[in-house]
Amino acid sequence: MPLFAVRREPPARYRWLLWVLAFALPLAMWSAISYVPWLWHPQVKITDAGSVAWIKPGLRLDRADFQAQVTKASSAGLVPPSGEPANPLYLPPPHAVGRALYGAFTTPPTLKGDLWLHESIVMSIKTIFLGFALSSFVALPLGLLCGSYPALSRMTEPFVDFVRYMPAPAFGALMVAIFGIHLEPKIGIVFLGTFFTQVLVTAGTVRRVDPALLEAAQTLGAKRGLLVRRVILPACLPDLYNDTRILIGCAWTYLVVAEVVGVSSGITFFINQQAKYRNFDNVYAAIMIIGLIGLATDQLLSFIGARLFGWKLTRRSRTRTFFAWLVAPAKANPSSIRV
Amino acid sequence: MSLASQNPSSLDLAYRVQSEAVAARFTKLHTRPVILQAEHLSCEFDSERGRVTALRDINVSIHRRELMCVIGPSGCGKSTFARVIAGLQPVSAGRILVDGQPVNGPGPDRGMVFQGYTLFPWLTLTQNVRFGLDMQGRSDGPADREARQWLDLVGLGKFHDSYPHQLSGGMKQRVAIARALAAGPKILLMDEPFGALDPSTRAQMQAHLLEIWRNVDITIVFITHDMDEAILLADRILVLKANPGEVQEFIEVPVPRPRRLDQFATPEFQAMRKHLDSLIHPAPSAGAPDHAPLPFIRLTQAGDDVE
Repeated sequence: MPLFAVRREPPARYRWLLWVLAFALPLAMWSAISYVPWLWHPQVKITDAGSVAWIKPGLRLDRADFQAQVTKASSAGLVPPSGEPANPLYLPPPHAVGRALYGAFTTPPTLKGDLWLHESIVMSIKTIFLGFALSSFVALPLGLLCGSYPALSRMTEPFVDFVRYMPAPAFGALMVAIFGIHLEPKIGIVFLGTFFTQVLVTAGTVRRVDPALLEAAQTLGAKRGLLVRRVILPACLPDLYNDTRILIGCAWTYLVVAEVVGVSSGITFFINQQAKYRNFDNVYAAIMIIGLIGLATDQLLSFIGARLFGWKLTRRSRTRTFFAWLVAPAKANPSSIRV
Repeated sequence: MSLASQNPSSLDLAYRVQSEAVAARFTKLHTRPVILQAEHLSCEFDSERGRVTALRDINVSIHRRELMCVIGPSGCGKSTFARVIAGLQPVSAGRILVDGQPVNGPGPDRGMVFQGYTLFPWLTLTQNVRFGLDMQGRSDGPADREARQWLDLVGLGKFHDSYPHQLSGGMKQRVAIARALAAGPKILLMDEPFGALDPSTRAQMQAHLLEIWRNVDITIVFITHDMDEAILLADRILVLKANPGEVQEFIEVPVPRPRRLDQFATPEFQAMRKHLDSLIHPAPSAGAPDHAPLPFIRLTQAGDDVE
């Protein structure tokens, strides 16, 4: 079977390879641009200043400016500067970022009182977790009710739509005025950025529950509250779980905005600080850490999700049994758990 | 019967001839209390093609433990009829009485089995069958035992811990029947429940249904478009005609009980079948697009004939 066929899944043995390629290809492109001297390299990094007074070794010049200096020096009978092709400072090569990634955790902060990188990350995760948990805590039940009762949806959704279009960062100053300058306004921004979208997405998912299931339940005597609790909620739970997974990604977007509100903090503070020192390898390292945390969270949630909703699986899952036991220890059989 | 073969018009009425046993059965059936009654029932609703009159002035009485089939051409409102009785579709005029009480919305006294599989995918078979009992607030232990008994009854006891997606179509519909019956309805509505099954599974399910109906105190309203299925199952067949859905005829099936699949060849069955055919598929008018031959020219080589 060909590897590339329209709407056909590739053979299982290739899937790992494709997953690796997904990361290897961008990395290869980045490496090519960084290490192959005739690819891009719009600047020249000076190795020997020659006799031009203002040029220092290590300085990066645009290629045209460098040529101009060389011509000027040569025509004046002076020693021309020499250098090698280089990329701008804002595109460090992969190995520099790799080194920074390792170094970021082993190097103490430059300024006394600044946070270590891992402390910044913990702070960011705390902000996002609290903001997102608060949003989910209100938005999931509200969305469930809006999706179940059209009257309620008509009563709330126009306003929710209205607020949703206001960019959350616009509330930054207001949040600081209300909550002060520390963690609270940042949590507020993440909340505002997530909440309104979450209500609409949740309600939409709830509305997609197969109406035939509702009708079947009604002919079995289910009414109103029971219908919502015993049919609508379990029917859309896997989809709500997936929605939540995707919305966590949105929350990270607002995190970066939130962290510059009030006292700059967390990983954004680290990024801005390093950019100020022009340590762009550290900047890339920090951005990649966000990506890695996101990827890891997503993969973990997807792993748990696939087992949590075990009725989609053919074999029993220990993870599901474990969660069932957490929720209702009496019903699930704890002796069958060997996690 | 010999008379019938001589005179075509009396052949057309051959389906009205009942053997003594069958006639006696119908006399007894009519003495049973009426459990379901439709009075001047009309149902209209808005669709993409404008206002549709799905049912118009339907008057029907069904007796306790009767098995009635509803049949008719597509678009005759037979599904709407089941949904109206279930209370899933509001009526525009008239009313439905169950045991003398007017129907007002869905309720557990009218169970329903749908054509599409409507088992709850997140529940095991036992939990599915238990659903109606849970809604009545029955306690865990007895509800579980009763659900298991119903599963045993439809022959799926050993699958009690499986999930619906692990079952075949026929098994799913058996669970759906068990689930509907476990809630203790007076009337079981079945909206083309075997329509999606392959022919041999369907025949098996028909036999199962007759077996269940014999042994459970239940009145069945069975919607189908399959004439053989209707004759095989029904005491009486309600024939609807399309646009608007009105009662064309309410027929007593002359085929004796107990019913078996080999009754297809009997004269009563054939007479009934012929009559239904004439009601549902009237002789085509000339030039009707459905029946005109396709305007084909030969696209194969001469001599390369298949028929």
